[in-house]
Amino acid sequence: MANLAAIERIVAAKRTLPGALLPVLHDIQEALGHIPPESVPLIARELNLSRAEIHGVISYYHHFRQTLPGRHLVRICCAEACQAVGGEALAEHARTRLEGSDLTLEPVYCLGLCAIGPALQIDETTLHAHVTPEKFDALMAALAADK
Amino acid sequence: MKARVYVPRDAAALALGADAVAVAIAAEAARRGIDIQVVRNGSRGMFWLEPLIEVATPRGRIAYGPVAASDVRSLFAAGCMSGGVHRLYLGATDALPWLKRQQRLACRHIGVVDPRSLDDYLADGGGEGLRRARGMAPAGIVAQVTDAGLRGRGGAAFPVGIKWQTVLDAPTSPDCAQKYIVCNADEGDSGTFSDRLLMEGDPFSLLEGMAIAGLAVGATRGYIYVRSEYPHAIEALNAALVGGRDWLGDQAGNFAIEVRKGAGSYVCGEETALLESLEGRRGIVRAKPPLPAVSGLFGQPTVINNVITLASVPGILARGRISTVALAAVARAVPCLSSWPATSSTVVWLKCLSALRCASCCTTSAVARVRAGRCARCRSAAHWAPTCPSRNSTRCSTTRRSLP
Repeated sequence: MANLAAIERIVAAKRTLPGALLPVLHDIQEALGHIPPESVPLIARELNLSRAEIHGVISYYHHFRQTLPGRHLVRICCAEACQAVGGEALAEHARTRLEGSDLTLEPVYCLGLCAIGPALQIDETTLHAHVTPEKFDALMAALAADK
Repeated sequence: MKARVYVPRDAAALALGADAVAVAIAAEAARRGIDIQVVRNGSRGMFWLEPLIEVATPRGRIAYGPVAASDVRSLFAAGCMSGGVHRLYLGATDALPWLKRQQRLACRHIGVVDPRSLDDYLADGGGEGLRRARGMAPAGIVAQVTDAGLRGRGGAAFPVGIKWQTVLDAPTSPDCAQKYIVCNADEGDSGTFSDRLLMEGDPFSLLEGMAIAGLAVGATRGYIYVRSEYPHAIEALNAALVGGRDWLGDQAGNFAIEVRKGAGSYVCGEETALLESLEGRRGIVRAKPPLPAVSGLFGQPTVINNVITLASVPGILARGRISTVALAAVARAVPCLSSWPATSSTVVWLKCLSALRCASCCTTSAVARVRAGRCARCRSAAHWAPTCPSRNSTRCSTTRRSLP
C-alpha cells in the first residue's frame, strides 16, 4: 500500500532519535491526517517496541487519531476562561450546526487565547477570537464555500 | 533604511486578524510607493488593542489599534508612517499608561524585537548573559542564580539554584555520561499563557537560558516540550533554532536543543509525566524519589524548568551579582513578580498582598519603595525581610517580630 511505504519512510527518518515514538506518530498524522491501524505493527518492528506499547501511546494522547477527520477539523476551546465568556453555548451551537456535516468538531482544552475567548481553531493553523454563534456560522459558511 | 512597521504575529493577534492587516499594509505601502519593512513582532500583551500596529518614527514607536484590514487605507491617508493622528492613534507605545508603569525583565524583549531575528535580539541586549556565563565556572553560574533568589515560575516556586546544584553534583552513570536540560512548555492551565507569549515573542531568551543552564550543570542536550495546542510557539522556536544555530554553536559549544511536540495530555505538565512522554511513553507520573535532578530523562541527571524560569536566567547573568543580590529579598517576597528591576538604581514599585518592612526605620507599606536597594524613607540599605510562612504576613528578619 502507498500509505505503508510513506509510513516506512517517516519511521526510517526518525527511528534513531532518543524517545522517537511521539515524533514518529506526529509525522505520520501530519502526513496522512491520522495514524492508520495497519501502521502499528510496522512502527513496533522499527522501534523495537511491542504493538501494545504503540497502541497504549496512541490511545492515551488525545491528539492522536486512528480514523480520518472530516474535510476540516474545527476545535472549540472548552477550558475555563472560554467557558466564562460563553464557550459552552458556542460549543452547543456548533454541535447542532455541524451535525451530519463533513467537518469534524472537537473540544480543545486551552489554546492560550484566554483574554479573547471564546476561541476556535481550524485545522491547527487558523485561529479565531471572540467567536459568537453568528460569527461561527459565518466561518462555517466560508469553509463550506471553500470546497 | 526602510521604515519599519510592526504587526504582531502572536497567536492572539493572529486570532484577531493580524495576518490580514499585515498583508493590507504591505499592499497599501506598495500602492503608494513607500518602501517599508513589515516586522512580525510578539504581542505587548494589550489584547484589547490587538492587532496593535506600531510605526517606527524619529519620535519612537507610535501605536495604532485595534487595527482591522479595512482601516489600513485610512491610516496611510492620515500619515501613519510619520505618526499622523487617526481615529486609532494611541501615541507612543512606551507612554501608554498600561505599559509605562511596568518594568519588564523576563518579558523585556517581547513585542520589542522581531522574534525571527537574532540580530534584533542581540541589538536589544540579548546574549549578554550567555557571554558572561561562558567566562564563569559552572559553580559560579549556579551560585549567581541561587543568590538572585530565582524560583521556579511554573507555580511551585522551588529555588532554581538548589535544583541546578543537585544536577551539577549528580554523578552520571559510566555507560552514558549525559545530563539534560528540559524546558517544560506544557502550559495547560486555562488563563495562563505567559509561556506562549514568551515563546512566540522572544524565543531566543529561552534558548539562551537553556544554554546557560547547560553550561552551569554540564549538560549538552536540551529539549523543549511544547504542547500541541501551541503550533505557533513550536514554529517560532524552530525558526529561532535555525536562525540562532551559529550563535548558539559559537557561544555554547556543543549544546544542542530540540523542540518536541506534546500530544494533548494535560498530565504531561507534571515534570515526571513530561519526561515519560519525552521518552516515548504514556504520560504517567513517576514515583519520587529519585528526583529528576538525580535520575530524570533516560535515567540521567536532568534540569527541568518552566519557560519563564529559564528565560529569566539570561537577565540574572547579564546584570551581575550586586544588583540581583540587593533585590533578591524583595523578589522572594513576591512570587508573582513578573518583572525584575532593570538596574540597581531603578526605582522599584512592588504591589503585593503582603507588606514589606524596612529593617531600619520599620517603614511598612503594601507598596514598598526601594531605590538603589535602599529604603526610600530612611535611606538605609534596605533589608526587606519577607520570610513569610503564610504568604500574607511578613516578618522583619532583624527584629523577628511578626507584622500585623
